[in-house]
Order: sequence, then C-alpha cells, then structure tokens
Amino acid sequence: MIEARELTKRYGDKTVVDNLSFTVKAGEVTGFLGPNGAGKSTTMRMVVGLDSPTKGSVTVGGRSYAKHAAPLHEIGTLLEAKSVHPGRSAFNHLMALAYTHGISRRRVDEVIELAGLTSVAGKRVGAFSLGMGQRLGIASALLADPAIVMLDEPVNGLDPEGVLWVRNLLRGLADEGRAVMLSSHLMSETALIADHLVIIGRGRLLADTTVDDFTREASGGGVRVATTEARKLRSLLAGPDITISSSSAEELLVTGRDAREIGAIAAQHGVALYELTPQAVSLEAAFMDLTRDVVEYQSAPADTERKAA
Amino acid sequence: MPATALRRNRRPGKHQNLSAAPDPKTPTTPTTKYKVTGIRVLRSEWSKFWTLRSTLITLGVAVFLLVLFGAIASYTYSPDAVATSGPPGPGSSSGDSNAVSLAVTGVSFAQLAIGVLGVLLAAGEYSTGMIRSTLAAVPRRLPVLWSKAAVIGPIALVLTTLGALAAFQLGTPGLDGEKIALSLGDDGVLRSLAGAGLYLGLVAVFGVALGVLLRNSAGAIAALVGVLLILPGLASLLPDSWYDTLSPYFPSNAGSAVYALHQSSDALSPGAGLAVFAGWVALTLAGAAYRLVKTDV
Ligand SMILES: Nc1ncnc2c1ncn2[C@@H]1O[C@H](COP(=O)(O)OP(=O)(O)OP(=O)(O)O)[C@@H](O)[C@H]1O
Ligand SMILES: [Mg+2]
Repeated sequence: MIEARELTKRYGDKTVVDNLSFTVKAGEVTGFLGPNGAGKSTTMRMVVGLDSPTKGSVTVGGRSYAKHAAPLHEIGTLLEAKSVHPGRSAFNHLMALAYTHGISRRRVDEVIELAGLTSVAGKRVGAFSLGMGQRLGIASALLADPAIVMLDEPVNGLDPEGVLWVRNLLRGLADEGRAVMLSSHLMSETALIADHLVIIGRGRLLADTTVDDFTREASGGGVRVATTEARKLRSLLAGPDITISSSSAEELLVTGRDAREIGAIAAQHGVALYELTPQAVSLEAAFMDLTRDVVEYQSAPADTERKAA
Repeated sequence: MPATALRRNRRPGKHQNLSAAPDPKTPTTPTTKYKVTGIRVLRSEWSKFWTLRSTLITLGVAVFLLVLFGAIASYTYSPDAVATSGPPGPGSSSGDSNAVSLAVTGVSFAQLAIGVLGVLLAAGEYSTGMIRSTLAAVPRRLPVLWSKAAVIGPIALVLTTLGALAAFQLGTPGLDGEKIALSLGDDGVLRSLAGAGLYLGLVAVFGVALGVLLRNSAGAIAALVGVLLILPGLASLLPDSWYDTLSPYFPSNAGSAVYALHQSSDALSPGAGLAVFAGWVALTLAGAAYRLVKTDV
C-alpha cells in the first residue's frame, strides 16, 4: 500500500506536486493520470525516496521507503527516465541489483524469461530498442517479488503484443493481492487495466475515483432523439432533473433519462422515433475536460502552423 | 481488501527493524530472506566494477602506462642528463634520480587514468541514470559510496603495486652498471613501490569521491586534473615563504612523498605524506557523502 499525505514538491519557486494525498491499495490497479508535466513522475520518484518531499510524506507498506530492510521487496519500480548503464548487459544489470538484496541468480533468469528478454540478456543495454529497454525496466521492477509494483508509463514504446502482455501482467499481479500503480496520459488505455483512478493536474488532485464511476459519469452525455412529434415528446419526457434541448425542429437532446426509458415512453404514447442515440462522451474527452484548465503545455491549434508556413 | 491478507499481513513499523531479525510478516512467501546488507552492497558494486568494458580498459591503461613509462625511464636514463625524461610532477620532484624514482615515472600518467576510473565509476552512474536504480535498491545511500570506495581502492592498490614492481623489475637491466642501480631487496625499495600503489589506490578513491560530489564526469575529471597537476603550479605564485610552508601539504606533493625513496628536505616523510593525502581524500569523501544523502537524484 502506498499512502501519500499532503505530498508537496517545489523546484525553486515552482510547485510541481501540490498537497497531494492518495492511497494505492493492495489487490487493485491504480491508474495515475495527468497531462504532461502534471507531476506524476516526480510523485513516483518521491515514493521511492529519490526526491525528497518539500512538505508532507509518503509511505510504502506503512513506513518511509528507506526504512525497509529489503526495499525492492516492498515496491518494484519502473521509472520514466533511463535508469540503466548502457554499457552493461541486461543480465549483469539485473544481477547487480539482485546482489544488493541477496536475490538468487535463478530469480534473475526467471524475470528475464518473464519479460521475454532471454535471447538478448547478454547484449549491452545500450543496443536495446525502446521496447526492450522497457521490458528490462519491468523485469527489474519484478525482480524482488515486490508487494507493490509502481510503473511510470510502462507501455511507452511497447508493440501491441507488449501492451497486451503488460495489461495481463498487471492484472495478474493485482489479482495475486499486490498493489499496482501505473501512470499514463491515456485515459482509454488506463481504463482497460485499472480499477482505481488518481487524476492530477499541475500537481493537484483532480479526481480520486473508480474507473466504473468515471466511465458512468463520462457517458452522461445525454441521448439524441429524432422524431416528427418533437413538441409532444418533449412534454412527455419533461420532469425534474431532466433537461431537454433541441437544435432543430425534429431533434431533441435529452439528459437525465436513458435511451431505454425514452424509447418506452415514446412507444407508450405512440410517438414514432427515427433516431435514438446515447451521446457517449469518450473517456478521453472526459479526461481532457477534467484537465483542460490545468494542462501545462497547451498545444496551439493545428491550423496556426499552416498560417505560419 | 481481502487480497491484502492473502499475501501478507503487515504491521506498519511500531519499532524500526534494525536487527537481523526477520520482519513480522506472515510466512506466505519464501522470499522474506531478501535484505540489504553492507556485504551485499559491496558484492553488487564489485560486480558492477567488473561488468563494464570502459572500466576494464581504463584500469588496463593505467597499469600499462605505469609499467611502460617506468621501464622506458630506466632504459633511457643517462647520468649526465639533467632530471628525468618524465614530465614535471610527482616522482621527479625530488631532484636526483634513483632506480625507484625512475620506476615510478609512470605514476604521473597512471594517476590520471586511475583517477578517471574512479570518476567514471561514480559520475558514470549519474550520467547514465543508473544511479536511480542503485539508490532505489539501497535507499540509505551511504553504503553505495563506501562500497564503491572499498571496491576500487583495493583493486587499484593491488594492480598498481604489481605494476610498479613490474616497472622496477623490467627497468633493472636498463640500469645495469649504473651508479644508481638498486635491487628489490635494497632498503626502502619495496616500501616505495608499495607506496606508489597505495597512493594510486587513494587516487582512485579520490576519483570516486569527486564523481559523487560533482555528479558529472567532465567536471570531476577537470577537478581531478586541477588538484593533482595544476594546483601545485598555481601555488608557486604564492609568496615564497608561504609556498615553502604549504606546498608539502598539497595533495600531489603529499602523495609523492609516499613513494619517494629518500625523503627530500622540502617534503613530508612517507608516513606523514600518506596521512595528509588520505586526509584530503577523506575530506572529499565527506563532501561526497553529504551531497549523496542530502540532494535529490
Ligand atoms: N529536477 C527538476 N528540477 C526542476 N523542475 C523539474 C524537475 N523535475 C521535474 N520538474 C518539473 O516538474 C514538472 C512535473 O514533471 P513530471 O516529470 O513529474 O511530470 P509528469 O506528470 O511525469 O509529465 P509527463 O506526463 O510528461 O511524464 C515539469 O514541469 C517539470 O519541468
Ligand atoms: Mg512523467
């Protein structure tokens, strides 16, 4: 379990992580989301003590990371930035980490195989492709059989097969009772893996919710109904907490009732419908909506480039 | 959260577990034997040292320079020539040449290679990002510094002592018949040659300390060269009386006293030189330890 309490990090006078509290529970996959520069990687570095918080604290399995006798056994980490010497082979890199904890050579071979690196284990890491480097990072995160697995953008650079592998791996780890935390910018990808969501922007907590709740809220985009008897249907559907708008004489946008209800009411009163479409907001759109005000690096609209050219 | 109980039942530390006693975990996994110890960190650093080609090459270059220049100096020695063929610096600062001072001519070059080796071992972890893996595995951090020093110091000491011995032995035929010829059994010869190894072992540790202190290979190498080669020259700009008092305590001068066969009038004794140079190294290590513990990586 990871518990962050009022975690704050400043670099100079820039507050990168701001009073952030969240919990990553065992047996769950927690997705850690936020736009570029939101402070995800900084938070993860603080979890494993590489950066020290300006204020607040974070504990891993009940104590601060450095106080554990076998830290890698508590939490295995894949960091965003390269954390390997390119001149060493994958095997020797893992072995060097294994020695610090008294981990056997057999276990090293095991994680190499698990990560699908057997054929390149003796090669210099510097010659690895992005995806192979990522696999090595995941192998070192799993090396000491950790109770918590924390991965910073694990699918970055992986091919579709690799993405699927990571998804199944993390699901399996959580089902074994481990706590899994992974960061991403991709809401839709994360929703496939995660149970829980911690969303931040500019270092601040924006949402601490479950994927189910988030998805449910995201789909509250209303239902589009088309009928020749728009006026009649409008009065039939009206009620408290229900808003109905229309963009043309034969179209209604209804929020507060789902498509099934609307269809039933219309049938009951003999109103013919020729369109009945739930307006699903994509998870990505919902995420962007949530983080719109806090994106650090806003892109210029694409057409300005054309103007400049 | 039923799944938590499934794996382990943890009681967040009421008292810190500093002893060797196992954590109060339920023995559901056979892996609770994992534990970071000083010896294990040392083992890890030992393995890191030997698994990088750049390390091995630099080490080889250092020993090679030591042997090569020592042997050449002995073969090209002529009693009429003034001073030695080597560059100014430690080893040739004591005026008259002798068989030992010729044999250790290569120290001037080897110290740079050995120092760079130390720097690469430490600063190389920062430039590549390896340090994040290292410190995530050993979050107490200091054992990493001690282990790096404890690995590279003895390795450099042993190999460069052997190198100095080889340089002396290879050079001996070159000095055949010369007044200054000596043999290994002569007074002080072994001590001086071992002193060269001791000095270079400390230079290696100095390189590690600079690397951890500055976290940047180029910067640390510049500092190394500055302290060992440039500082003595710059200091000669000082007023003479100051210079005479201070110069024996400069790192490189104190260091060269360690492997001088005869103590020259303006230098420290081998023992005092060793103590002073070790003091400089210890001071740098202390600075490195402070930065290692205090700053983010
Ligand atoms: N060592 C540092 N010194 C100064 N600023 C830093 C440092 N590390 C990170 N930052 C700043 O902190 C902010 C957050 O960075 P961080 O890498 O944590 O974001 P992130 O959420 O991981 O972003 P991304 O999705 O792009 O990986 C950025 O604006 C970054 O420039
Ligand atoms: Mg990041």
